[in-house]
Amino acid sequence: MHDFGYHRPASVADVAGLLASKGEAKVVAGGMTLIPTLKQRLASPSDLVDLAGIAELKGVKAEGGGITIGAMTTHAEVHRSAEVQKTIPALAQLAGGIGDPQVRNRGTIGGSVANSDPAADYPAAVLGLGATIRTNKREIKADDFFKGMFETALQDGEIITAIHFPKPEKAGYSKFPNPASRYAIVGVFVARTAGGVRAAVTGAGPCAFRSKELESALGGSFTPEAAKAVKLGADGFNTDLHATAAYRAHLISVMAARAVAAAS
Amino acid sequence: MTATGIGASVKRKEDFRFLTGRGTYTDDINRPGQSHAYILRSPHAHAEIVKIDTAAAQSSPGVIAVFTGADYDKGGLPAGWQIHSKDGSPMVEPPHFPLCKDRVRHVGDQVALVIAETYAEAKDAAEKIDVTYKELPAIISTADADKPGKPQVWADAKNNVCYDWHLGDKAATEAAFAKAHHVTKIDLVNQRLVPNAMEPRAAVGDYDRATGEYTLYTTSQNPHVIRLLMGAFVLQIPEHKLRVVAPDVGGGFGSKIFHYAEEALVTWAAGKLHRPIKWTAERSESFLTDAQGRDHVSHAELAMDKDGKFLALRVSTIANMGAYLSTFAPCVPTYLYATLLAGVYTTPAIYAEVKAVFTNTVVVDAYRGAGRPEATYLLERLVDKAAREMKMDRVEIRRKNFISREAFPYQTPVALQYDSGDYDATLDGALKASDWAGFESRRAEARKRGKLRGIGISTYIEACGIAPSAVVGSLGARAGLYECGSIRVHPTGSVTVFTGTHSHGQGHETTFAQLVSDTLGISIDSVEVSHGDTNKIPFGMGTYGSRSLAVGGSAIVKAMDKIIAKAKRIAAHLMEASVADVEFKNGTFTVAGTDKSVPFGTVALTAYVPHNYPITELEPGLEETAFYDPLNFTYPGGCHICEVELDPDTGVTKIVNFTAVDDVGRVINPMIVEGQVHGGVAQGIGQALLESCVYDEQSGQLLTGSLMDYCMPRADDLPNFKVATQSTMCTHNPIGAKGVGEVGAIGSPPAIINAVIDALSPLGVQDISMPATPLKVWQAIQSAPAKMAAE
Ligand SMILES: Cc1cc2nc3c(=O)[nH]c(=O)nc-3n(C[C@H](O)[C@H](O)[C@H](O)COP(=O)(O)OP(=O)(O)OC[C@H]3O[C@@H](n4cnc5c(N)ncnc54)[C@H](O)[C@@H]3O)c2cc1C
Repeated sequence: MHDFGYHRPASVADVAGLLASKGEAKVVAGGMTLIPTLKQRLASPSDLVDLAGIAELKGVKAEGGGITIGAMTTHAEVHRSAEVQKTIPALAQLAGGIGDPQVRNRGTIGGSVANSDPAADYPAAVLGLGATIRTNKREIKADDFFKGMFETALQDGEIITAIHFPKPEKAGYSKFPNPASRYAIVGVFVARTAGGVRAAVTGAGPCAFRSKELESALGGSFTPEAAKAVKLGADGFNTDLHATAAYRAHLISVMAARAVAAAS
Repeated sequence: MTATGIGASVKRKEDFRFLTGRGTYTDDINRPGQSHAYILRSPHAHAEIVKIDTAAAQSSPGVIAVFTGADYDKGGLPAGWQIHSKDGSPMVEPPHFPLCKDRVRHVGDQVALVIAETYAEAKDAAEKIDVTYKELPAIISTADADKPGKPQVWADAKNNVCYDWHLGDKAATEAAFAKAHHVTKIDLVNQRLVPNAMEPRAAVGDYDRATGEYTLYTTSQNPHVIRLLMGAFVLQIPEHKLRVVAPDVGGGFGSKIFHYAEEALVTWAAGKLHRPIKWTAERSESFLTDAQGRDHVSHAELAMDKDGKFLALRVSTIANMGAYLSTFAPCVPTYLYATLLAGVYTTPAIYAEVKAVFTNTVVVDAYRGAGRPEATYLLERLVDKAAREMKMDRVEIRRKNFISREAFPYQTPVALQYDSGDYDATLDGALKASDWAGFESRRAEARKRGKLRGIGISTYIEACGIAPSAVVGSLGARAGLYECGSIRVHPTGSVTVFTGTHSHGQGHETTFAQLVSDTLGISIDSVEVSHGDTNKIPFGMGTYGSRSLAVGGSAIVKAMDKIIAKAKRIAAHLMEASVADVEFKNGTFTVAGTDKSVPFGTVALTAYVPHNYPITELEPGLEETAFYDPLNFTYPGGCHICEVELDPDTGVTKIVNFTAVDDVGRVINPMIVEGQVHGGVAQGIGQALLESCVYDEQSGQLLTGSLMDYCMPRADDLPNFKVATQSTMCTHNPIGAKGVGEVGAIGSPPAIINAVIDALSPLGVQDISMPATPLKVWQAIQSAPAKMAAE
């Protein structure tokens, strides 16, 4: 790790100022992703702006029938939240399946979504539920947010403050974990909402995406059988040591079926 | 049996300090004035070092010194075992300098040593070293390394061959094949593994100008071996000026047996700079530089008569050594592998050929089981395949070929003589405990749930308790393999035991204390076991090859024999009796036929306060040392049975039952023995289902360079084990112990893979390679000759 300046502002307003005034500043949330890259010297920011001191970024609250989760809320807090368990149990379950207890007690929803790791779990829920990402500058629809591998619609100096999830009629998440890292080799989040069925896939492409094929099949019949019958071609899916594109294409149907079966 | 004696599951004495975070590991040791080392490593698998410019690094803040291969003026790391090829020529033994001189040969090879006031400063400075490399093509593949036209790792090793060795009677084997009724053939890969001890390697070098003494604190399984190798061969420091301390060590699994470059570098540089120097590996460095395990490519053929009786076996194996020869690397795929190819069977003729090859990868050496897991995997996969081809029951074909319990001592055609065993007994025990007979109904029930269930078996033997010095010497070992034990009885009757073995998770501090407390009849709390410091322990060869109790424990018993013999003379004097009439039992000396008695503690005190003492015949004091060199290896064996359920939708294999019935000889502490089996089986499950070390075939970069890609077994990958021992005693050591450290890792992988293949057999699948990952199982189902019937 190279040396860096450290700042712990107390308000969102101060964050923008710090980011603008420091040359190569980066925000740090739980640090579960950022700190390892610093240790490996893959990133060397001049300054770290720690969001941990900003009370307004923390916590879960009910809002407009759905829920709003502050960017600095940890995976463990989302998993344990009575509000989330009641309104969107699939989201609580997803948060409880991220990494291990240490990671869940440090990692945050804002950090995970901002990072857009191709194998992260939260992006599937954000897309699958049609959430809204709130930043210090604007609101961004989930469908407009994930742009590619580690790429999002966030601009320089823009930070996520909260994510709002509307309540679905029913939703479910199923992930096939990478045996080593336990990130998603394939994760599928399905939701039946007033506006139709949404199905989002993580782990299989450069970033989370919605599957038209699954959505139309499940729109016709929201059943595991309908999901399992979807046969996707391997084109465009990731291949790595742990899974080929063809295997991922197959797992998408299987995980979708399991997500539908588990949906509540 | 007493509550703390031999046979009792005494809780581990050492666990208080480990579980409360009070262990002292090498990285916990800090010397006054200590500096820190960082090692700049090669980013290339194979390259010439054209130029190294260290000027900017030298003047970087906090830097004390920067050394490169040109500065290093001492010897290379030696190989501790010499193998000769079929034609009688000695193996190719390339130089292995702690800092590369003109060429790097694997990613992670040592290029420069930076020493600074802090670790961060050393690392910052290393970034400023400018190395000009000329990249060369690399050879990675084990199977291709000896093919003509491939990149050459060493000019002296033509076609990358280190040695081309054989064992057994070729003519007799060919003759038996010629009259075989059936021959079963198999091609197998025993994949490369990363040991991944929880504690990364570390070393602190110290030099005392006042005395001219060097001290090395290091993460080692055998400090005396390191002192010998580093002192005599590498740095030329005589033993009396070199102390090696291996304090608490957080796991080794073999990878901490060997003498590593960093140990020599911090000691050498400490002498040059007159500053203590600490180096601790980062986890990524452990992946790149700890000696790795296994890595065999084999072809084997088994000749049988019409009844499935084994007539002959022939095996040819290519074993990857990596870019250099690690300390014990040459013996692993030869004398720890091919000698085990008889297994538990009466196969009368065996011929094995082993070619060791160099590649542009980190060194390969002993890893839990070392050679024996490779032999067992090959044999037990082959036997299962033979049973399928002969349409024989898997258990029956094994029983038919077992060495019978009456046949011991049994001379195999591959050099070993087994002293004892009862393979039918361990097989029967495991069949019963696993409810083998009831399996088909469980398979049918699973099928109704859409799952493929399978059961697999392995009946194995291994050779450990390494070992008789004369034997290993004749086979090429450059060291003896006895063990040393010392008993120091203190004046008030408590005892310190000094052992040349080293505990890094095995629980010797408890097991050895039980042995001593039981034998001397004193409280276990009065016994302290000391190990790991060459200034305290007379000598020792360390811990590996499941040798600690069988060899090290036996040395302790021999030392206790001497203690008791001397104590009897003191007791005889005190009781005014003849020595021949003195008996010793439960900590008390008595005279047969009288009511005279003296407790052990009184004798101890008398030895040190010799007021009333046979001083003209006997020296005061009560301290004895013994060296024990066994007459043979020991031969643990047994039967492992694994039951799996596969999910055809995802390819996931779940182990639903695992049964191990092992013959480990005398058991001192059943809980520790069970723990050793659990750990070994966990590693076996790791190899069979999860772990695989993968290098990019072109660039030689390690693709599984972190725990994000290299899959270690976790608690939720493991079932609840059914573990039992069913022992016959070792006939040639005073304890009867055979060893247990490696059996789990040796016996389990073939049982697991045989179970996976059994589960897939309704689809016509015959083979799956380790690790049987979900991807591989799913692919096997996709390309299977038969399809899953619709549910
Ligand atoms: C061992 C391990 C296992 C893991 N397993 C999983 C898993 O199974 N599934 C999974 O989904 N994830 C997994 N993760 C990732 C984990 O969920 C991380 O916590 C998460 O990806 C990043 O969150 P963080 O709060 O730690 O962010 P940080 O590491 O602090 O930051 C990550 C990036 O996001 C930026 N950032 C942080 N907060 C904000 C914000 N509010 N607005 C804008 N930018 C921001 C930072 O600048 C940085 O670039 C794992 C991580 C580890 C170490």
